[in-house]
Amino acid sequence: MNIVVCVKQIPDPANPYSLDPETHYLNRPHEQVLDDTDRYGVEVGLQLAAVDEGTVTLVSMGPAGNMQGVRQALAMGADKAIHIDDAGLKGSGALTTARILAAAIQQTGFDLVVAGTESTDGYTGVVPQQLAELLGVPALTFAKKVDVDGSTITINQQTATGYNVVTSELPAVVSVTAGVVEPRYPTFKGIMAAKSKPVETYSASDLGITDTSSGQSTVSVTDATEREAGEKIEDDGEGHLRIVEKLQELKVV
Amino acid sequence: MAGMDVMIPDLFELDQKLSTEETLIRDTVRDFVNDKFLPIVADHYEAGTFPMDLIAQVADMGLLGMHLEGYGCAGTSGLAYGVASRELERGDTGLRSLVSVQGSLAMFPIWKWGSEEQKQEWLPRMAAGEVIGCFGLTEPDHGSDPSSMKTTARRDGDDWIINGSKLWITNGTIAQVAIVWAQTDNGIRGFIVPTDTPGFEAREIKQKMSLRASATAALFFDDLRIPESLRLPDAIGIGAPLGCLTEARFGITFGVIGSAIACFEAARSYMGQREQFGRSLASFQLSQQKFADMLTDISNASLQSFRLAEMKAEGRATAVHVSMVKRHNVRAAIDTARTARSMLGANGISLEYPVIRHMMNLESVLTYEGTEEVHTLVLGQAVTGISAFRG
Ligand SMILES: Cc1cc2nc3c(=O)[nH]c(=O)nc-3n(C[C@H](O)[C@H](O)[C@H](O)COP(=O)(O)OP(=O)(O)OC[C@H]3O[C@@H](n4cnc5c(N)ncnc54)[C@H](O)[C@@H]3O)c2cc1C
Repeated sequence: MNIVVCVKQIPDPANPYSLDPETHYLNRPHEQVLDDTDRYGVEVGLQLAAVDEGTVTLVSMGPAGNMQGVRQALAMGADKAIHIDDAGLKGSGALTTARILAAAIQQTGFDLVVAGTESTDGYTGVVPQQLAELLGVPALTFAKKVDVDGSTITINQQTATGYNVVTSELPAVVSVTAGVVEPRYPTFKGIMAAKSKPVETYSASDLGITDTSSGQSTVSVTDATEREAGEKIEDDGEGHLRIVEKLQELKVV
Repeated sequence: MAGMDVMIPDLFELDQKLSTEETLIRDTVRDFVNDKFLPIVADHYEAGTFPMDLIAQVADMGLLGMHLEGYGCAGTSGLAYGVASRELERGDTGLRSLVSVQGSLAMFPIWKWGSEEQKQEWLPRMAAGEVIGCFGLTEPDHGSDPSSMKTTARRDGDDWIINGSKLWITNGTIAQVAIVWAQTDNGIRGFIVPTDTPGFEAREIKQKMSLRASATAALFFDDLRIPESLRLPDAIGIGAPLGCLTEARFGITFGVIGSAIACFEAARSYMGQREQFGRSLASFQLSQQKFADMLTDISNASLQSFRLAEMKAEGRATAVHVSMVKRHNVRAAIDTARTARSMLGANGISLEYPVIRHMMNLESVLTYEGTEEVHTLVLGQAVTGISAFRG
């Protein structure tokens, strides 16, 4: 099975983020890490590929930097990577991103595309569905469990109250939630070997895409309002009654 | 607490010197320690146990013998071994000790002084964590002066008969193989001793107040018979075990920085959140002096270790360099831990915070792998040309 996993390099969430004051684009340092949510997608891809000696190809778009994030996913065990780095794509919205990824995935060929539900730095949460539409295949979203049997994929789709069982024929796109599997730690041997795994780099025009305009711009940015401090209930032995009262006021009990 | 806009505690941006591979190794170990180890370490510390079920994962990542080439080892740089040791010890000295002993004290002598058959037989299984090793040098009556050891190995036809005992042996009770150093008619030699050999006994040392999340043992050899094929052919004299220690100490110089960082971060977050006299504890000048001292200690230790790693990579690091950095960094870390302990007030003595654990552990690190005094004398000898060790 040919499995493609979409991965994104993002600024290390442990460090403070900053935005370009003019464009409002996220400033991206030279060292970017693998988006934590993508570790789940890579793990799903690796586990499925292990069943029938399939291959896992990573597809990533964004400035290369030192490629630490992509290398981390290669170190986990992916076979190769396709990287789209094009200055013209700076600040592109979800749809442009999906177009680029779709073109790269189309070119390399696929049975299954795996993606996280949303990136930790952008949070649009629509790329997997757009990707499926552009590739002309079904989108199976918010999977908390993925099984492939022959050419049939079945997922447990996370819902607010439980899960739906969703089935489709391959090829398809699946988006996976954190917790779908336990991502492996890259091995040190894998880390050393990742250096020599093939990485193909393309620009947008290499993929036949000339219009990279994002179709959207950020008009203004404001800080999120700080959450107000909660109410403290001192327990003088009757504290639980006050809590019950509060819950009744909120009509949750 | 509002931080500065410089990276603390890596004020001199030393981690920027790491290659992409070294950075990924650091992050992998850091994630593992945060996810798997920190949530359980306090309970193990209290119970006096090592989380044995983590050994397989530690091995899978490639931590065991990571800086050795071939035989199933990852073959990373020394600097990668250093930063991995730092991240492990940010978890606990016990975790770092397991990795140090396995890689530098048990695998390294086989890798360096073993025969090709010995390497093939033992190293891949040790890298995979199927065989855990320990290193028996210290004896009940001979610690800082191991060349006076009493354990003997006597030749008997094609075999060796070993008698004696070893004390304070990390991993001793969990090991499948022990590297045992013994006196022979021709001087000190090293032996690969499977721990299921008749005549071998390991007893756990109880009532430790330091390195509680680590197995420490007394080993006894009673007419233990092993074939010549288990002697390390190229390990000749006391220089061989001391060479292992130089390897392990290199990792330790980085390791203790991890302990210090854990204590520093705990104190920083605690003082930033707690108020007394209507003000943040972090706002008092006395607290700020403590932070300044801790940050300086951590920075000095890191600068020395990173430079040592460079010199090691160039083949120019000597035992004197290692002595200086081991002595300096352990002292810096223990001072940091004790200062942080005071900053947490009563909470500083609770295992709910990492500080007392690190503070107690560092007492062992001050003693093992050459006591502070012994490293002082090594430096004194390097300066004066006079050995002050014996009369
Ligand atoms: C938790 C732990 C784990 C250990 N793991 C291992 C292990 O895996 N394998 C192993 O072989 N050993 C291990 N050790 C033993 C350790 O290496 C020894 O404890 C250390 O070498 C010191 O020896 P000693 O305890 O006999 O102290 P001693 O040598 O008796 O020293 C006692 C004191 O006298 C001082 N002193 C000694 N000689 C001199 C001198 N000439 N001048 C001035 N002062 C001097 C010392 O610095 C020290 O302060 C471990 C120890 C601990 C605590």
